[in-house]
Amino acid sequence: MYKVKVYVTLRESVLDPQGSAVKSALHSMDYKEVQDVRIGKYMELTIEKSDRDLDVAVREMCEKLLANTVIEDFSYEVQEVVTK
Amino acid sequence: MKFAVIVFPGSNCDIDMYHAIKDELGEEVEYVWHDETDLSQFDGILLPGGFSYGDYLRSGAIARFSNVMQEVVKAAEAGKPVLGVCNGFQILLEAGLLPGAMKRNENLKFMCRPVNLKVVNNQTAFTSAYEKDEVISIPIAHGEGNYYCDEQTLQTLKENNQIVFTYETNPNGSLVDIAGITNERGNVLGMMPHPERAVDELLGSADGLKLFQSIVKNWRESHVTTA
Repeated sequence: MYKVKVYVTLRESVLDPQGSAVKSALHSMDYKEVQDVRIGKYMELTIEKSDRDLDVAVREMCEKLLANTVIEDFSYEVQEVVTK
Repeated sequence: MKFAVIVFPGSNCDIDMYHAIKDELGEEVEYVWHDETDLSQFDGILLPGGFSYGDYLRSGAIARFSNVMQEVVKAAEAGKPVLGVCNGFQILLEAGLLPGAMKRNENLKFMCRPVNLKVVNNQTAFTSAYEKDEVISIPIAHGEGNYYCDEQTLQTLKENNQIVFTYETNPNGSLVDIAGITNERGNVLGMMPHPERAVDELLGSADGLKLFQSIVKNWRESHVTTA
């Protein structure tokens, strides 16, 4: 089994209205050193071992569904989980 | 002319759309559930607003993989008129039938009120009953209507006159005030404002009716039967 952690964020070139609002809130809390906030999504997939190439499969899942690549970037980490 | 109103779990403007077609426009219309696999009997496809699949992941992201969407793609390829309103527009974007994507409204608020739109292209199958640059009042009701696309796509939209409606006063931060766009061929229209909620003066405006009348008129003209 694998645990795959997927991170989806708005692309650098795309203004993030939620992130801007959170940044202003942090500034009003006097954390003026915060330069930028980007809000994204975090997903955990538990995937069984199969004949399919895991990297190819996860990449496809991200491109087709988990992220909208018009406005979002994605990254992921794979962890192998040892089952009893 | 026979219309299909596609119903997803979470659609909530399907009844308004049905009413607009049946009672105000006077054409045939049926509800079509999202797992349907044949739309061949319909002449026009309507994707209503709402919150399909609870807007989980992203608006329209999951609806785009429902059975009926493959049929909607086929209908679009066959040149049938396909109209997506609000969540319907978001689904068309996710399905790749229209370019670009939606972000949260710039002010992060759900906005629900009538807005003035300009008909910047009246040479489409959806807008031919309007005057060029006519200003019409149509309600919006969305939290994610902040249209975005990259520079190159925007250039293409402009060059092909695919921008059909723009906001007179931008409510949501949409790129170049975009409220509605078509595909390159002009038979798929997506718009955030709700023309089906503006089909009778009792509703505050009847300006949306001409959009549906345009669809029917253009369909009749291309399906002429000898009288």
